[in-house]
Amino acid sequence: MPETFEPKIVAFFCNWCTYLAADLAGTSRIKYAPNTRVVRVMCSGRVDPQFILDAFAKGADGVLIGGCHPGDCHYQEGNYKALRRFVLLKRLVKQMGIEEARLRLEWISAAEGERVKTVVNDMVEKLRVLGPRVPVRQKEVA
Amino acid sequence: MKPKVAFYWCASCGGCEEAVVDLDEKILDVANAVDIVFWPVALDFKEHDVEAMPDGSILASFINGAIRNSDQLKMAKLLRAKSQVVVAFGVCAQLGGIPGLANLSDAKGIFAEVFADGVAPVRFYKDNGHSLSLPEFFDTVVALDRVIDVDYYVPGCPPTPKIIGDALGVLLGSTLPPKGTVLAPDQALCEQCPRKDTRPEKLLLKEFKRVHQVVADQQTCLLAQGLACLGPGTRAGCEAMCPRGNMPCTGCFGPTSRVRDFGAKALSSLASIIDSDDEGEIARVLDALPDPAGTFYRYSLPSSLLGRRRME
Repeated sequence: MPETFEPKIVAFFCNWCTYLAADLAGTSRIKYAPNTRVVRVMCSGRVDPQFILDAFAKGADGVLIGGCHPGDCHYQEGNYKALRRFVLLKRLVKQMGIEEARLRLEWISAAEGERVKTVVNDMVEKLRVLGPRVPVRQKEVA
Repeated sequence: MKPKVAFYWCASCGGCEEAVVDLDEKILDVANAVDIVFWPVALDFKEHDVEAMPDGSILASFINGAIRNSDQLKMAKLLRAKSQVVVAFGVCAQLGGIPGLANLSDAKGIFAEVFADGVAPVRFYKDNGHSLSLPEFFDTVVALDRVIDVDYYVPGCPPTPKIIGDALGVLLGSTLPPKGTVLAPDQALCEQCPRKDTRPEKLLLKEFKRVHQVVADQQTCLLAQGLACLGPGTRAGCEAMCPRGNMPCTGCFGPTSRVRDFGAKALSSLASIIDSDDEGEIARVLDALPDPAGTFYRYSLPSSLLGRRRME
């Protein structure tokens, strides 16, 4: 594995908790791995499984979803819906040959700037160990 | 002169050909309205007959089946050149269909599985001055529009006589719909389901049941009974044939126009209605759906966002 491998992570952060946490991490000058491309969504429940598969299809090494802690969703139950879809989607992507560590769901509240750092750094480390995604070697039609 | 049409099959089971025959006496109207110039299943025309036709001389070619080998690819390209309009007929041609589930493996894996202890086919064979060859078996199955330009899609496994009749009416009519149109209603199957009114406003499930585990009630919404009915995510057009037969929808009409990846959306809608907020319990409920890829991508794996399984 070349040491230069920098995993690309597409991160869907909810507007009310995790995105604010990432903002707090920034204003608190907390340093963490620069590997995430953050997409702000109104709620983790807005993260359509199509977004996640599209990210993988376009070459993301990992996808991170960040939402409010259970019971704290701004829309009451969006994060629970995200959780239900996540559990099933994780099984599907495994069947499609994508390792489990590449898809991650985390509850991070607006006050947990430090946790953004911990989660992102940890995910980057795990993806480094895993290496780049296996390119599709199976032959395509001419 | 009557307009010329052709029918051809690629990677499919033959059900789409059967569906044309299922038009019953209406097939006579079709035969009166058009001149069938190529239909290997039913009529004795050969590849060289098609090759001899001028380009664009066929009004419409109805091609069913996915593309899984080099012969199908060649025939698809040939018919494209000879036809003004190409219709992807049936879900295999439209989205990859059941043969598309082979994308969870590859040519090597499939041959090892199928011919493990037997005689594997040899692609090229020469004997006594004669030679035989077999088409190349691809690693990856694709839908028809990945290899040729497709004008219209007729969904279904197979398309129903009504859908076929309507599609023929549209194609023989004076104004053609925009290119790329799926010739079926652009709404969810629930709209055509006789059980629609029994579906609760807010549907939550404590468990999923599989079809062999229950005798479903004949009247109430199958999803409300815990069966993984994909009707909410599937395009209408079949008049809810399976729910009328007391079986849940498996999604053979594919998605509506607003959805890019059928399986992802179907998965999303089913998972969201699990009546639990606890990860462990959600996982237990989902154990009743042991094969998510086979359930949600039963007819559409090749046209999904990921398209195939990644493997070494």
